[in-house]
Amino acid sequence: MHPFPLTLKALLALVFLLPLASAAWAQVSPEEKGLQIASEADARDHGFGDTSSVLTMILRNRHGQEVTRQMRSRALEVTDDGDKSMIIFEDPADVKGTALLTYSHKEGDDDQWLYLPALKRVKRISSSNKSGPFMGSEFAYEDLSSQEIEKYQYKFLRNETIDGIDYFVIERYPVDKKSGYTRQVVWIDQAEYRVHKVDYFDRKESHLKTLVMDNYQLYLDKFWRPLHMEMVNHQTGKSTELSWSEYTFQNGYTDRDFDRNSLQKAR
Amino acid sequence: MSMPCRLRPVLLLYVMVWPATAAELTGDIGLEARGFLHPPMQSVQHEAGLSLYAAPEFYTDWDDGRQRLVFAPFGRLDQHDDERSHIDLREFYWRKSFASAELAVGLRKVFWGVTESRHLVDIINQTDFVENLDTEDKLGQPMVSLRLVRDWGNLEFFLMPYFRERTFAGQEGRPRVRFVVDTDNPVYESGAETRHVDWALRWSHYIGDFDIGLAHFSGTARDPRLVPQFSSSGPPVLIPHYDQLDQTSIDLQATKGAWLWKLELATGEQLNKRFTAAVGGIEYTLYGIFDSAVDLGLIGEYQFDDRGSNVTPFQDDIALGGRLAFNDTQSSELLLVTGIDVDTRGRFTTIEGSRRFGQNWKGSIEVRFISNIAVGDLLADLRDDDYLELTFARYF
Repeated sequence: MHPFPLTLKALLALVFLLPLASAAWAQVSPEEKGLQIASEADARDHGFGDTSSVLTMILRNRHGQEVTRQMRSRALEVTDDGDKSMIIFEDPADVKGTALLTYSHKEGDDDQWLYLPALKRVKRISSSNKSGPFMGSEFAYEDLSSQEIEKYQYKFLRNETIDGIDYFVIERYPVDKKSGYTRQVVWIDQAEYRVHKVDYFDRKESHLKTLVMDNYQLYLDKFWRPLHMEMVNHQTGKSTELSWSEYTFQNGYTDRDFDRNSLQKAR
Repeated sequence: MSMPCRLRPVLLLYVMVWPATAAELTGDIGLEARGFLHPPMQSVQHEAGLSLYAAPEFYTDWDDGRQRLVFAPFGRLDQHDDERSHIDLREFYWRKSFASAELAVGLRKVFWGVTESRHLVDIINQTDFVENLDTEDKLGQPMVSLRLVRDWGNLEFFLMPYFRERTFAGQEGRPRVRFVVDTDNPVYESGAETRHVDWALRWSHYIGDFDIGLAHFSGTARDPRLVPQFSSSGPPVLIPHYDQLDQTSIDLQATKGAWLWKLELATGEQLNKRFTAAVGGIEYTLYGIFDSAVDLGLIGEYQFDDRGSNVTPFQDDIALGGRLAFNDTQSSELLLVTGIDVDTRGRFTTIEGSRRFGQNWKGSIEVRFISNIAVGDLLADLRDDDYLELTFARYF
């Protein structure tokens, strides 16, 4: 009944149980491990608050012909639901001032409004078109929407080392039946939990697209953002490149900067 | 002496570059060609015509983006129609944003509503009818407006001290009804005429999948009654009569997956008589038809209005249509809508298509034709004015 042996016992227990615990971790199902990795990647991005950036999109057809699009983008972190975002189109000139407001949700369809400057009209639009192309690009709406954990089920596949960098390779399955994909294979680096590559498989189980994300930059000593992405469509030979610039965090945005009024004033 | 001379270009450059972050000139200019499918009803009219338009827009922000000045003139030069050759200030206003309010003074354009085939509750701006029969081109409305942004929605007040008359095609213009509308001699119910002060109030909000707007308008009706007047000196003319109108309206949209359910309802008093009007229906989108990137939107709406046929052609009508969005890099689109009068079976069909060329050019096509129209219908006079229009525009 002396406190000392108790502490010793606790210490001993700790020494013996630790390896057991990690062994247990090693024995978790691939599904649990996949979810753990996705959750960790998500947790590392908590607290980013808000961001603002300029986005340049280069669309390339199979002959290498290019067209360029430019837009500005803002995002606001929402703690207990999906994030809010606004995209303001700058170029080509005929769509200048057109703006898209999205309230993403962890479950169910997102809420979306589109502002058409020529008519001064704010239009609530359907967001059920997950697999449709964004602005004629190789990115589908679902590729660019807020990647909430709840939107997929996960499975750990393997560890892989490429060029001396260790990756987790996990597979994720869209929960939404309207998704254009059966599964996605995702490469996440083990050091910082950043996504580097995604292989997309369509409803016929054939390899549709590959996304590569690189030029990662660290902001506020905590948040990694890729400043470059390239999506290649293997079935059409088309590709789309996205480049970000003027990335800023902590702009002090509030819900007022992401409502139907701000949509009309955005440009 | 040489120093200031060398400095001047630098200063000039500085002045030119400095506001670029907060000010911008955008807009479009275009050439439009219209060809009519039938010979004109009157010999002064023409088989085809060209016109040029310019719609520049300048804006500048200051005070950390809290204040903005917008200047958006519009001008069109028409080959034949003197009434269609016109200039307007679409927008010319100053706006100041506060933490949860917004004040604007000047000429503005405001859109209310959700439906596609008729914009029943959209009542703030006068229609620039010489531009297009679809009533989507609007004249700038002088106003003072205040918007309050609250958790329970937006509340907007409008005070409109000056009335804008609707524009109508002139002697040589097409499409137009048989008699020319005499826009120089309008008749007003109010003795204050164009200086009658109109006001309006609107609350709008969204709750989950529902977007809702409630509004009241009190003032001069934007839609005139056209009353024939016979004269000894020439052919009869149509005199626009602008009544006083009190209208309460609701607009509602439910967004349920690929289904959009839409309703606009208005009731009010005009010429001491109560009226009720409605337009409602659905838009359903089929995404990626035939394994392509093309979306097909199906539109079905019903229109009802218990006012006389001299006020509106939408008394008991159905509108059916389809919208193709090609989702390509040229943003190609095609819309086909047919309005069918349930009583007379008269049909009014519209086809609109557009496509971008290169980075800054856009081509569009518009076809409007009337079929199966009964004599005496408000639109019957337009039956010879079916047309095809091509527009090529440069955006900047």
